[in-house]
Amino acid sequence: MLLITCPYCGPRPEIEFAARGEAHVARCAPDATGDAIADFLYFRANTKGYLAECWRHVSGCGRFFNAVRHTVTDKFVTTYKVDDPRPDLAALVAEETAR
Amino acid sequence: MHFSFLSLLRAAFSAHQNWPEQWRSPEPKSSYDVIIVGGGGHGLAAAYYLASEHGIRNVAVVEKGWIGGGNTGRNTTIVRSNYLLEESEALYDHALKLWENLSQALNYNVMFSQRGVMMLAHTVHDVQSFKRHLHANRLAGIDAEWLTAEQARDFCPGLNISPNIRYPVVGATLQRRAGTARHDAVAWGYARAASALGVDIIQNCEVTGIRRGPDGAVEGVETSKGLIRAKKIGVSAAGNTSVIMDMAGIRMPLESNPLQALVSEPLKPIISCVVMSNTIHAYISQSDKGDLVIGAGTDQYVSYSQTGGLQITAHTLDAICELFPTLRRVRMMRNWGGIVDNTTDRSPILGKTPVPGLFVNCGWGTGGFKATPGAGHLLAATIAKGEPHPIAAPFSLDRFARGRLIDEAAAAAVAH
Amino acid sequence: MTASLRTPQGGRIDRSKPLRFTFDGVSYTGHQGDTLASALVANGVRLLGRSFKYHRPRGLVAAGTEEPNALVTVIRDAGRTTPNLPATAVELYDGLVAESQNRWPSLKWDIGALNGIGSPLFVSGFYYKTFMWPKSFWKKVYEPQIRAAAGFGKAPKAADPDRYANRFAHCDVLVVGAGPAGLAAALAAAEAGAKVILCDENAELGGSLLSDASATIEGRSGRDWSADVLMNLALKDNVTVLPRTTAFGYYQDNAVGLLERITDHMSDPASHLPRERLWQVRAKRVVICAGALERPLVFPENDRPGIMLADAARTYLNRFGALPGRRAVVFTATDSAYAAAIDLKAAGVHVAVIADLRPKASAAAEAARAAGIRVELSTVINATHGKLAVEKVQLARVSPSGAVAPTETIACDLVLHSAGFTPTVSLFSQSRGKLVFDEARGVFLPGAAHEDNASAGACNGTADLSACLNEGYAVGAAAARAVGRTTLGDKTFAAEGLAIEIGGHFGEVPHARDATRVKCFVDIQHDVTAKDIRLATREGFRSIEHVKRFTTTGMATDQGKSSNMNALAIAAGHMGLNVPQVGLTTFRRPYTPVSFGAFAGSNRGDLFDPLRKTATHDSAVALGAPFENVGLWKRAWWFPKANEDMHAAVARECKTVRETVGVFDASTLGKIEVVGPDAAEFLHRMYVNPFLKLGVGKCRYGILTRDDGFVYDDGVIGRIAPDRFHVTTTTGGAPRVLAMMEDYLQTEWPDLDVWLTSTTEQWAVVAVQGPKAREVIAPFIEGVDLSNAAFPHMSVVECTIMGVPGRLFRVSFTGELGFELNVPADYGRALWDAVHARVVEFGGCPYGTETMHVLRAEKGYIIVGQDTDGTLTPDDAGVGWAVGKTKGDFVGKAGMSRPDLTGPGRKQIVGLVASDPKVVLDEGAQITPMANPPKGTHALGHVTSAYHSSVLGKGIALAVIEGGRARMGETLYVPMPTGAIAVTVVDPVFYDKEGKRLDA
Repeated sequence: MLLITCPYCGPRPEIEFAARGEAHVARCAPDATGDAIADFLYFRANTKGYLAECWRHVSGCGRFFNAVRHTVTDKFVTTYKVDDPRPDLAALVAEETAR
Repeated sequence: MHFSFLSLLRAAFSAHQNWPEQWRSPEPKSSYDVIIVGGGGHGLAAAYYLASEHGIRNVAVVEKGWIGGGNTGRNTTIVRSNYLLEESEALYDHALKLWENLSQALNYNVMFSQRGVMMLAHTVHDVQSFKRHLHANRLAGIDAEWLTAEQARDFCPGLNISPNIRYPVVGATLQRRAGTARHDAVAWGYARAASALGVDIIQNCEVTGIRRGPDGAVEGVETSKGLIRAKKIGVSAAGNTSVIMDMAGIRMPLESNPLQALVSEPLKPIISCVVMSNTIHAYISQSDKGDLVIGAGTDQYVSYSQTGGLQITAHTLDAICELFPTLRRVRMMRNWGGIVDNTTDRSPILGKTPVPGLFVNCGWGTGGFKATPGAGHLLAATIAKGEPHPIAAPFSLDRFARGRLIDEAAAAAVAH
Repeated sequence: MTASLRTPQGGRIDRSKPLRFTFDGVSYTGHQGDTLASALVANGVRLLGRSFKYHRPRGLVAAGTEEPNALVTVIRDAGRTTPNLPATAVELYDGLVAESQNRWPSLKWDIGALNGIGSPLFVSGFYYKTFMWPKSFWKKVYEPQIRAAAGFGKAPKAADPDRYANRFAHCDVLVVGAGPAGLAAALAAAEAGAKVILCDENAELGGSLLSDASATIEGRSGRDWSADVLMNLALKDNVTVLPRTTAFGYYQDNAVGLLERITDHMSDPASHLPRERLWQVRAKRVVICAGALERPLVFPENDRPGIMLADAARTYLNRFGALPGRRAVVFTATDSAYAAAIDLKAAGVHVAVIADLRPKASAAAEAARAAGIRVELSTVINATHGKLAVEKVQLARVSPSGAVAPTETIACDLVLHSAGFTPTVSLFSQSRGKLVFDEARGVFLPGAAHEDNASAGACNGTADLSACLNEGYAVGAAAARAVGRTTLGDKTFAAEGLAIEIGGHFGEVPHARDATRVKCFVDIQHDVTAKDIRLATREGFRSIEHVKRFTTTGMATDQGKSSNMNALAIAAGHMGLNVPQVGLTTFRRPYTPVSFGAFAGSNRGDLFDPLRKTATHDSAVALGAPFENVGLWKRAWWFPKANEDMHAAVARECKTVRETVGVFDASTLGKIEVVGPDAAEFLHRMYVNPFLKLGVGKCRYGILTRDDGFVYDDGVIGRIAPDRFHVTTTTGGAPRVLAMMEDYLQTEWPDLDVWLTSTTEQWAVVAVQGPKAREVIAPFIEGVDLSNAAFPHMSVVECTIMGVPGRLFRVSFTGELGFELNVPADYGRALWDAVHARVVEFGGCPYGTETMHVLRAEKGYIIVGQDTDGTLTPDDAGVGWAVGKTKGDFVGKAGMSRPDLTGPGRKQIVGLVASDPKVVLDEGAQITPMANPPKGTHALGHVTSAYHSSVLGKGIALAVIEGGRARMGETLYVPMPTGAIAVTVVDPVFYDKEGKRLDA
């Protein structure tokens, strides 16, 4: 069971959270057509490596937040608030490897 | 060497010293007509059908580890075709018909056991959903029956149909032609038959890139054993599909999630069929060795870790104990995970891609094992002809762009 | 009467407490502290099981949970029967009843032994090569026989009445294993003030110290030392000591699953005790002190009863005071077995010879000779003989050139063997740590950890007793420091004790037999021999995983604890590779098997899932209503009068509602309070309908789609104030809808000033529907003009209802004049009872969900999730009118505009009637253009809802049909097994098409 650090509540067990999928996905425009809609509806990053994703602390504060996690080791690198900018993955990875 | 009781008997006299390799393990040639990326059941089956039905023998199956080491070796072995939508019914029943003669076709006992798959209904909503499946199956000519709770208990003695549990069983559908097979044997059986027809099976060979020519068409795969050229490449890599397709610059509508399963210690026969429940998330059968084989749901996040959380295992076992209260003292012997590639509509993708010469077979999610012969057969036909086989046609990659989904979410849920 | 092989003194058993038990119907005596295995040893019982495939007679190999042969069924009663328990893991209690398994009619005379005759055929993987002809025989003959022969124990015949508990725990340091290293580690961490959990699978803690009578630590015996440490730990508040607790699984982020056995060792457990407890521990640091397990030597016929691991024999003697035999031959590749020989000799066992595989005499060999034990170097066991137990062995000498020549035959009833010790790295490996192969000693050791853990002691390759203690202490202290505690400083222990030999020999030993036919067992439970492994590699199974799956080595209940290294070495040797090149198979959870019941815990019966009841539930029960499950809720299904069945009750309820009045509990519908200056804007963006201009006091029927444009949920939304909306959802959809709203609000439109609160459980909703509805509710409503002009259909007002603040809606899901009275849930039952009484006075009745379904179907109102299945757009579902024509962006706008979702031929909701009014179509039935569709005909659609309408006197149905709305009046067919039913496509509104009754 993953231990996830909610930016608002601190580290809590996975069963308190719902995974929401890739973070920073821009919703398509209301008049979008073809590939633009399909991309938004059906295509998400499925990275084998560092993935920026969104979680919700359903059995806690109820807030959505984002995280960067490595999808092979399942280790979280960082969690951050939903309106924070997407972190620089390259810098994060360098930090992680250095540690 | 032909497998039979007689050959086994003869071999016994020479202490089994003369059995040949079941498949050759050559070094890769510099080029082939077709390369299949992924040495699981689907990929090996595709190679076999390319050789046996289309006369295309200059084929290599390239596998990064050992064949059948991915989901083929990790699934809960359920085979059925009682899906809801016409396209799915055609797809899975095509596979089921191939299963029915597979051991004989491959001369390898894959232990295909048509002992029946029973899907339990616990609520009014379940009954409505299953009856819709039943009617659709009948129209499609797929065997499907409705059982009352008592009939379900008679078909699978030990099933708890008490009205006093939280979600009592109110009925069930039964597909008698459905059942289980021995997963490893399927991979090995296809490998042996394909190898005998000239297919090269290259293990421990990881694909690291897809080389394309100036016109964008595929030229070959870059691997840990060097470049191997081919004008046609079929990718059949299950949970690792996104990684491979990314090498060709193709984005896939897939999400790779962990899926767990477990076996109990071996018991004398107690469960004679396959029992599945979507509502309380569990499915169970008993292998020919005596282990109870039990499946769970996926963990909820993207992961290639092939492991998962304790809460998933616990959630499945509490459901199993409600359905079969005499099993509460039975013990879990081994628990593992795989990586399943899920699409939004819970239907697979099988066909061409925007890259000329590149074909893909993926998105089988939690339900790929049952389709193994069918997926291989259709992938082979699609690669051989360069156009999708009619049964595969609806499962094209471009259905997402068009919004023509084949939404089996109702049928799939956690089922296999 | 003392058992014949019980030593007069010594051991950890309590000789003052004799216990009676039976095994296969025979009574024996043991003592408190015995396991079933040690008690059977003391009683001279050697035959304990039959092997899986060949049904060869088998006895004990080990003394611990790694025992592969002696699997028994322990029986308390029909429900409390536990199969497949290793006798070594069963603590003896007075009155214990155990039986052997997998034999018929008895252990001694087992018909399955005939399989031995077929053993030349039954090599690994033989079943893949045969059973294919004739084809029909697989199902009728072969498979049933294979299944009947397979399996070990039988599952119990009755349900398990025992209780299983579950507990979460957090700690600073979890120490797994309470042998010397683990005790030292726990001591170090505890002394630093860390919160420590120490667990060990045994009942008595001390690990290897329990079987070592001569060890000394800090000036006292090893056992006294460990007792002192445990007392010390027990007295500390910050330490939890868990005996009989196995760390079975390592999960992500330092979560470890522990299984605590609470009552299995008790004669008569108190009924309040759970049988087992599953602990889910989240530890900041884990210290793994799992020890090492002795490795068997692989020699010809190494499986007879009486042939066991040397350390196991030493344990039976020193820990349990039981002699495994009287005349022993010892076969060893390392020094470790010498201690067993010496201890047994001192206890009166005749040690005929120690056959040492090595050519040079070690110090231990010299010491043994000095003690009068014969030692033969470069000597192996070449054969063993005996029917139900070993009776003699043949030795052979290995010459420097490698040639093996038999020398002599020695009578014996006990053969001890040891290839050395394999560090137990399962838990470390489960934590996804990397294993490193130690070339010098030929063992896999913990390498780089993936989680926050460290290993110490024998599992880390440390053999010497004082080194184990020192290492354990250091690692425990480091763990405490890592979590911020201050340790007392370094500590070393002066200790003397047996040093086991880590590593040693692996693979088959040399022999003079026909290697292609002789049985040298590797995985003893699964009857996998060395030649089977060579067969696998011969047939091209080169990866160790393939070898394992083809031969099934390592897949038995002991999960390869005593066979993996040997299998690996034999496979590697046959392929000309070295061990690390071939690699080890993945260690899987659980370390030892864990009962399903422990995982299920208290999630059973009524506690399996939360049960949600409305405020009026008990009133409905009192009225005799049966209930249906809708998600987690119980909803009253129908209200029978006298002896009515569902059909009769529903027919009456429907007529009563339409002719008079009915009362219905609508409390389960989802309710969300949407509040804030941007509340209207938010709803305007979420739903397909326009909301900006919805007046205060007005309601709108909202349709919610997902961004793909398909209908996801629906519900009436009322505007209570400019900045406040009361949103309703379907019963099943409530949590999903709220989650979806929060998602868009927080991640897409965080700038909107609006907040959402679930009020599903806060409001009880009593619906009153029918021509008399207004008169019925009037006395309960204060201060509201209920006339049609003042309070038209689709209105809402805050008001006082039966004296409490509530909300009154004028809405109808029945098509009759209707109201929904919302009061705080605490008053719901009182309101229901009062309204119900008044309804009955007027000649009305209560009605349930079945009637609700019929009435709404008569009006063509859809039920999301029944008439829709996530593939219909609003237009398909006949509610395209709800979509705002001039709206900007809203959820689903782009999706539903896709050509595929607006093109021709889409499935559309229509009504269906059959020519025979008595026919009620099957929900889910397919609809085809012809009466006898050939197999594979494309269905035009299916029946989504079907009922008998008592009001209309005929069967009605809703269906989705391709291009349905253009097919009005067309005849189509519903194929049924009994013959196709002809149906006519009609308007889905069967009753009061103009809706006049709504405006009463």
